Amino acid sequence: MKLKTILMGAAAVLAASQAFAASGRGADGQLNLIYWQAPSILNPYLSSGTKDLEASSITIEPLARFNPKGEMVPEIAAEIPTLKNGGISKDLKTITWHLKPGLKWSDGSAVTSADVVFTGQYCMDPQGGCAQLSHFQGVDKIEAVDPLTVKISFKAPQPDPYGPFVSYESPILQKKQFANCMGAKAPTCTSANFGPIGTGPFVVTSFKPNDVIEYKANPNYRDPNKPAFATVNFKGGGDAAAAARAVFQTGEYDYGWNLQLSPDVLKGMTGPGAKGHVVTAFGSLVERLEMNLTDASPSLPEGQRSTAAHPNPILSDKRVREALSMAIDRSLIVQVGYGSAGKPTCNLVPAPEAYASDNTACLKQDIPGAKKLLDEAGWKVGPDGIREKDGKKLVLTYQTSTNGVRQDTQSLIKQWWKEIGVDAQLKNVNGSVFFGGDPGSPDTFQKFYTDVEEYANNFSGTDPQTYMSMYTCDKAPRPATQWQGENINRYCNKHYDELVAELGKTAVPAKREALVKEMNDMLTKDSYTIIPIVWRGNNSGVANSIGGEAINPWDSELWNIQDWYRKK
Amino acid sequence: MLNYTIRRLIISIPVLLLISLIIFLLLNLAPGDPLANQPLTIPPEVRQKMKEALGLGAPLYVRYLLWLKQFFWVEPLHAFDWCFGTHFSVGMQRILSWQFRSPVFDVIVQRMPQTLTVVGMSYVIGVLIAVPIGIVSAYRQYSWFDQIGTFISMIGYSVPTFFTGVLLIVVFSVDLGWFPSIYNTNLKVVDWQTFLLQVRQMAMPVFVLALYNAAQISRFMRSSMLDNLQQDYVRTARAKGMGERTVLLTHVLRNSLIPVVTVIALGVPTIFGGAIITEQVFKVNGLGQLLITAIYASDVPMVQTLTFIFAVLIVVFNLVADILYGVLDPRIRYD
Repeated sequence: MKLKTILMGAAAVLAASQAFAASGRGADGQLNLIYWQAPSILNPYLSSGTKDLEASSITIEPLARFNPKGEMVPEIAAEIPTLKNGGISKDLKTITWHLKPGLKWSDGSAVTSADVVFTGQYCMDPQGGCAQLSHFQGVDKIEAVDPLTVKISFKAPQPDPYGPFVSYESPILQKKQFANCMGAKAPTCTSANFGPIGTGPFVVTSFKPNDVIEYKANPNYRDPNKPAFATVNFKGGGDAAAAARAVFQTGEYDYGWNLQLSPDVLKGMTGPGAKGHVVTAFGSLVERLEMNLTDASPSLPEGQRSTAAHPNPILSDKRVREALSMAIDRSLIVQVGYGSAGKPTCNLVPAPEAYASDNTACLKQDIPGAKKLLDEAGWKVGPDGIREKDGKKLVLTYQTSTNGVRQDTQSLIKQWWKEIGVDAQLKNVNGSVFFGGDPGSPDTFQKFYTDVEEYANNFSGTDPQTYMSMYTCDKAPRPATQWQGENINRYCNKHYDELVAELGKTAVPAKREALVKEMNDMLTKDSYTIIPIVWRGNNSGVANSIGGEAINPWDSELWNIQDWYRKK
Repeated sequence: MLNYTIRRLIISIPVLLLISLIIFLLLNLAPGDPLANQPLTIPPEVRQKMKEALGLGAPLYVRYLLWLKQFFWVEPLHAFDWCFGTHFSVGMQRILSWQFRSPVFDVIVQRMPQTLTVVGMSYVIGVLIAVPIGIVSAYRQYSWFDQIGTFISMIGYSVPTFFTGVLLIVVFSVDLGWFPSIYNTNLKVVDWQTFLLQVRQMAMPVFVLALYNAAQISRFMRSSMLDNLQQDYVRTARAKGMGERTVLLTHVLRNSLIPVVTVIALGVPTIFGGAIITEQVFKVNGLGQLLITAIYASDVPMVQTLTFIFAVLIVVFNLVADILYGVLDPRIRYD
């Protein structure tokens, strides 16, 4: 009797598990994604364009990645090493990762620590031109302790040792596949770069660069019931409006990425009866005005223009910079240009929440206050309404990249500045030149041959340490550095440099957060060197029939694609 | 004629070399940076290393000579190997795209089918529509048919394809749901079902482009017919008592086709150039889209190779048009 019960129980369990499996892997057919910026390559170490990273993220995985809250979740790793669990050494110089046991590549072979070590060598090869080299900054060596354990040693104490192999920017490659692709040979391995073998939920079946990618469910994926979709069709090309149309109106596609459209257009497409809805993720991207603290006037000889040798005759006065910020109505800019994909902000670091300063004073436009400040600074209104001081007019040159929303913002700001007696001369430069960094071009954002410029920047991952250390004195672009460097404003403050050094030694989260807030305030509300305007989010479109999707600003938007399913 | 052809072919070699040099210099003098679309979070020193890995460290003339060698020696050799299974080109560096880090020609070959089917088909249909319209319009000049034909060709010629394309999508994809708004380049025609799918997804882009092509060619056809209809030989033929059909289709049409055929031949290279805007609108992702995305990404090897191929095609089809002219019109002799 007893035996019979057990047998029957076992049979029932078996039947149930089979029934579950039927609704499990591959049960929901095809998932259609449209990325209007089409992926060109699937090896994140050779290109760090977001489109390429997103497309590779569903095939290859890192040791750990970030969830939408900005917390780390283990992927290939068994758990996140911390000081508490002994994964990070007391001297902050080593971090030890343990891999999940029994993990397999999509070709069936075992994932071992040798693959991780190899990935590190692949990126750190001096001839490879690795796009993710910054993830390996300060790494001394990466060694395999045993087949499932990897130890990364740093040259100096590393308060944030989660650079290598964390987030979709730094996934693990299979050693077997890439062994002959080291260094200068990296670009010759076309089939590997177009179809990396990974541990992720999907496997590449065909890749047409800048056109379309097909994937099928990974037969060796670690969760036998996932992913719910059998195949993925990843289409690229066209423009944001067409992608939005395909998700919201015709319903041909299930997910459309980066639908950067004007608020009216998006509203028109997502009205009642739309086949999808908009989801927005707010990361650390901030649209800001950068103040040039050096003199950009064309009368200076080449090589001295926009260098520390000549301070800016107008913007060196903090009161002027503050007045410029006070005159701006940030919420109107958001309303006109960004809609649901923007929030007014005064912070350079708006997120993660723990790092964001409570700096909100700039959100309210204050034209009379701005006028008063300029009066105090000695700028008197001239006969033409433009302020002057010592015979010099308050005229600023203001450049940004060519982009409809940015030009709208420019003209709005020009109008407000005119109200307070500041004349802005607008200029826009093609994005590929502006961001191109060609030291021979006068129009790059690094050279900064204007008084004010506008663009957006963010930091990768959730830790702002590298981001904050961009503003040290030695990082100013200048002729000696071939005009390279991230300290665009040529900001130079000894105390700030000391804080950067301190941040580099501090590992206690609460202390790091306080330091970052202090530095954020120094750059924004204390000095108005950087005038943040809009905290920008990323809009994507999701079909109403898709469930389980969770947009993520800190990692790939497809980070949990294994959990997506089609609603019945 | 053979003599003439050989002479023209020999002259075209220095012409093409000069064109390749000009394209190369223009592309390299133009502002733009292949790494401009990489995020700002990449530190400058990493950026510099990535640039060197693309081969941007070498001097200009070295890069030009290398490209010449790759285009005229390595790539043909590789194509030969691919056709005959030989191994002459093993280990030789092919032209690599900066965006894809893969051989430029592989991607071009991959893009050929959709461009040739969509743009080629639209050209064929355009010609098939244009010729009869041109004939009737000229024969019944200022009739209703002629007026309407003129009106439609004006619209076809002057309304940009990015407008007609999006209009068609809004009407036929969004509202009626008849045709897909996004072209599937992975669709393989294996049976009746997939053939219908292919026809449906080709319908709108082919219509937009065919309208544009037909508008242009029908005007040429019409004016050429008008010229010939005034000729003495037409009156002679009629005086001899020939039927209108014979006069029109045998005598006038044959003579009128001479300039039109050369116009059509000169238009063939544009098929290979793809239709940049229409391909973008319908996501056909053919050669036109390849070129425009390469330009945006400052992918110099890709742009250089594509534009040079177009230059070769234009030179070749100019020659073809000249030869056709001689074949069609016995009065023209080049020797």
